[in-house]
Formats: sequence, structure tokens, C-alpha cells
Amino acid sequence: MIPAIVVFIYLASVLYIGIFAFRRSTHRNEAEDYFLAGRSLGVFVFLLSLFGTNMTAFALLGSSGHAFANGIVTYGLMASSSALIVPLSLFLIGTRMWALGKEYGFMTPVQMFRDRWECSHIGTVITVVQAALLVPYIIIGVMGGGTTMNAISGGRIPYWVGGAIVALVVMSYVFFGGMRGTAWVNAFQTILFLLFGAIALSVIGAGMGGFGKAVNELMASPATSALLTRERVSPLYFFSYTFIPLSSICFPHIIIFCLTAERLQHFKKTVVLYPICMLAIWLPAVFLGVTANRAVEVPAIQAKIEARRTLATQSATLSPDQKTQLRAKSAGDDVLVRLLEHYAPLWLAGLLGAGIMAAVMASDSQILALSTMFTEDIFAFYEGKAKFGEAAQVYTGRIFIILLTIIAYVVALRWPQSIFDLAVQFAFSGYSALLPLLVGALFWKRSTKWGALAVTLWAAAAVTAVAIFQSVVPAPAPGTETGFGSLFGQALISRTPAGTAVLGFLPVVPMVIISFLLMITVSLLTSKPNEQTLRRYFR
Amino acid sequence: MKQLFLVLLIVVLYALHQDVWFWRTASPLLFGFLPVGITYHVCFTLAVSALMGLLVKVAWPKHLENVGEKKSETTPPPASASTPLLSESEDAAS
Repeated sequence: MIPAIVVFIYLASVLYIGIFAFRRSTHRNEAEDYFLAGRSLGVFVFLLSLFGTNMTAFALLGSSGHAFANGIVTYGLMASSSALIVPLSLFLIGTRMWALGKEYGFMTPVQMFRDRWECSHIGTVITVVQAALLVPYIIIGVMGGGTTMNAISGGRIPYWVGGAIVALVVMSYVFFGGMRGTAWVNAFQTILFLLFGAIALSVIGAGMGGFGKAVNELMASPATSALLTRERVSPLYFFSYTFIPLSSICFPHIIIFCLTAERLQHFKKTVVLYPICMLAIWLPAVFLGVTANRAVEVPAIQAKIEARRTLATQSATLSPDQKTQLRAKSAGDDVLVRLLEHYAPLWLAGLLGAGIMAAVMASDSQILALSTMFTEDIFAFYEGKAKFGEAAQVYTGRIFIILLTIIAYVVALRWPQSIFDLAVQFAFSGYSALLPLLVGALFWKRSTKWGALAVTLWAAAAVTAVAIFQSVVPAPAPGTETGFGSLFGQALISRTPAGTAVLGFLPVVPMVIISFLLMITVSLLTSKPNEQTLRRYFR
Repeated sequence: MKQLFLVLLIVVLYALHQDVWFWRTASPLLFGFLPVGITYHVCFTLAVSALMGLLVKVAWPKHLENVGEKKSETTPPPASASTPLLSESEDAAS
């Protein structure tokens, strides 16, 4: 029960931070103050909070689970590619978006698109697609809260109570603190993440008798030696994955967060230190996930390894239900929690549980971003602000936060997590395919609203098509794939055990390429905005 | 020339991310426990940080820095604003 008590202290702390932020606010009824912290965040809060905003539960739990099953490739696949692409996109796009926001008062990317491309309802279409891709994250956040509270309390706190507590805490500090509260909580959470990685690595390493021993044992066993190389993933898949971090800057909560910095200078430290933060969190998480394969004295981990072995050796004789059960049993998302339970002292397990909780609660900025988009892109745009005033706009944003949290909680109780896990996977590809919107608006004078509409509809259609394909065609056995059509001797579209491939690439690759081609061709075929508008953006 | 050099540097670093040369080997182990495949990507991450430091030093979009101050003096609405903020000729190395 001690870990659960430490987690409750943590939850109370973040609640206090949110409410303290509310009390610090001097312009509570002003939209810019509530949704963007008055564009006044200092350099370290900006860095830590931006990083925390980008790190979901996946950074800690999912990455160690992925590494548990696939080995060290997880780091190169997800961390080092993001370490290059995310700060680069902040440098190129984030800084320009910040300047436009500061100059013209934009609070969402769609406000900029509407002004830049002289469009109205096309902006609404973009808002709707962005929101549809973001909602699954919020639901996953509630689910993660319930699962983690249940695990940390040893099953004493039921899933529905845990989910309700986490949803209530997140809703409260977002409701009261707005962007300022969310940013402070995220900064606090990032510090916890960073401490978590270092402490977990040293405690578990000591408990396992040193990592050298564990790694040499992994190398010596034919069943696990591949985990220390990258042979479980093809170079083509590895290359494809570098398109996924392109989504980061397109996520509404990330691009909106870029508008909160007080000075452009704040981006400097952020882009330089971002890769170091990635290293500090992902390296321990991935490494612990890999070495968990030697923690056979931990019963829960031993059960996972056995389930995986059965799946690999007896796949042909197993029924689909048995395979599903074994896949669930072998999933490694909780290996970090299991390692801590076994190797860390009770009080430390609680502290580290709070670190895990911090990762799970990353949905705060997404809730706030959706609220900002609703109030600015829909409520204010369709005359709500003009009719009812700015204070009503902020109240509307707060009510939206409550409604969204309640809906997410109800959905989290009624629907299986696997659906939303899949939706989140698709969302990354969808946001990557929306990149031409920002690139076109900020760097290409000739881009038009029709090009933007084509990109948005394509991204939505492609994500839907891949989702339908994966639900219609069942996943084949590990190591095989079901191909459809052929081009250059390669299956045009394949259903793989992990998802879908197009000519051997992840779907995100053709999605992004076609998206850019659509922006170019459709824009060239349609009329550009008038010169007066363009002169405000380009020299 | 400076722009081209920085763009090339980014492209080279992106290409170096695709390190097929350590694909199927775990040795040598750094400090006796860190496989070469992950050691390489740790070094890659540090190199990215250095690249970002270089970009900040030599390609920082200085012309955007005073935007906030201008707004606080004049607060122009979008439709009446007249100062261009972006330049089509600018890129990563502007």
C-alpha cells in the first residue's frame, strides 16, 4: 500500500501546482492567459514542459515493453530518430509559428491557416481531422491511469476508481490552471521522468547483479542474443520509422505549446537539450526492457517469456483465441513495474510509481489543446466570442474540458484498450501526413487553401483505409505476411503481424509523400491568396 | 554556401541514422554491457545535440526575435499588419 500512498501524495502535489497556477494568474478571464499562459513561459519551464508534453506513457512503459520483445533496436527506431527530427522541426517550424503567433495573435495553427490561405470552412475541416486524431490519446490516458493505479496498489484500487481519480486530478488542474498549470505540472513531471530513469537503472542493475552479467547471459543464449542486435527489424522498416517523428510538430498540443514561450531565445536551449533529454529517458527505459529478459527470477516476467516461447514454437497448433491470450500474456508494457516491484525497496517503488504515473498523465496538454481548438477555431470563429465576450469564451473552454474528460472516462470504461492503442498508432501516421500544411503555409508562397484541403482529406482517408484494412485482414502468424497485388517483385500492400506495409515500407512513407505531392499539384492548379496577404508573410 | 553546408550536414546526419553496418552484431560492448548498436545511437544522439548547437549559433532566425516587442508597441490586427515575417528564400540554414 506504501507505493499507492506515495502516488496519492504525488497526485495531490500536481493538483496543488495547478491550483497555485490559477492563483498566480492575473488575467483569469483572458483567453490568451488561460490557453497560452499569456505567452510568458520562461526558458526552463518551456524546455521541460515541451519535452514532458511530447513524452507519453509510451516513453517509459511502452518503450521498455517494445525493447523487451524486440531488443535494442527500439532506441534507434524511436528515440534517436526523434532526437534529430523533433528539435529540427522546432527550430524550423516552431520558431516561425511562435513569431506569427506573437505578431498576429494566433492561438492555434488553424487560425494561422485561415489567415494565410484566406479560408474559413476549410479551417474547420482541418480542426475536425486534428481533433479526431487526438481524442484516442485522451482515452488511452484515462485507461493508463486506471491500469497503473490498479497495479501500484496491488489490485486494491479497482480500474474504474483509479481511472476516475486520475481523470479527476488531470481535469482539475487543467480546468483551474489552464496552460500555466499544465506547463508547470509537465515541467515537474519531466524532472520526475529524468530522476526515474537514473534511479531505476542503478537500483535494478544492482539487484540483477550488474548489467555486464545480464548482457553476457543474453549474448550466450541463442534465444535472446538477437535482442542485443537489430536483426528482428528490417532496415526498410527502420528507415520508414524515421517518418513517424514528423508527426510531433503537427500535434496540436505541440504546435500550440510553441506559442507559449516568452522569447524566441527560449527555443535555443530547448532544441540543443532536447536530444540529451531523449537520451536520459529512453536509454534506461530501453536497456532495462532488454535486460528484463534475464530477470527470470521475477515470476511475472518468467510467465511472459514462457508465453512468448509457446507462441513462437507452437503457433501452428494454437487456436486464434489461444494466440490472443498468449500475446496478451507476453506483452511487456509492465516489465518496468515488475522489475521495480522485485528489485526496489517499497518506498522507492512508490516514488518510481509516481514517475510512471507522471508518464501516464501526459494527456493534460492534449485535453487543453482540444479545448483551445474548440474555443478558438469553432466558438470564437463562428461569432461566439463576438456575441458573448472573452470571459464566456474561457468559461466555454473550461466546460469543454469537463465534458471531454467525462466522455473519455465513460468510453475508457466501456471499450477495450486495444482499439485505442491501434487508433494512436494510426494517429502518428495521420499527423505526419498533415506536415505539408505547416511546411506549405510557412515556407511556400504558392501553397493554397485547396492544396491544404487535399492534404487534410488525404490524411483522413489514408488513416481510415489502413484502419479498415487491418480490421478486415487478420494478422498473420509471426514471421509471415499476407500480400495483395505486386509491383517491382514486392507485394503492393501486405498485412504483417505488427500492422501494414506498402511496398515493404510502413504506410506513413507513402502517406507523407503523396500528401506533399497533393499540396504541390493542387496548389499549382488553383489560385494563390492575394498579394496583400502574402506580403504579410513573405518578403 | 553556408546554407548548403548546413543542409548537407543535416542530410548526412539523417543518412548516418540508417547504420546498417552494426545490424547483426552486439560486440564490442561499451563498458562491458552496452552493445555496439545502441552505443552508436547514443553517440548519434549526442551528435544531433551538437548539430542543433551549430544551427542555433550560425543559422538562428534573428529577424524573428523582435516580433514580440513590435507587437507590444503597436498591436496591429492581422488584416492591417504589413511586416513580412517569413521569407521564401529562407530555409534550414537561413
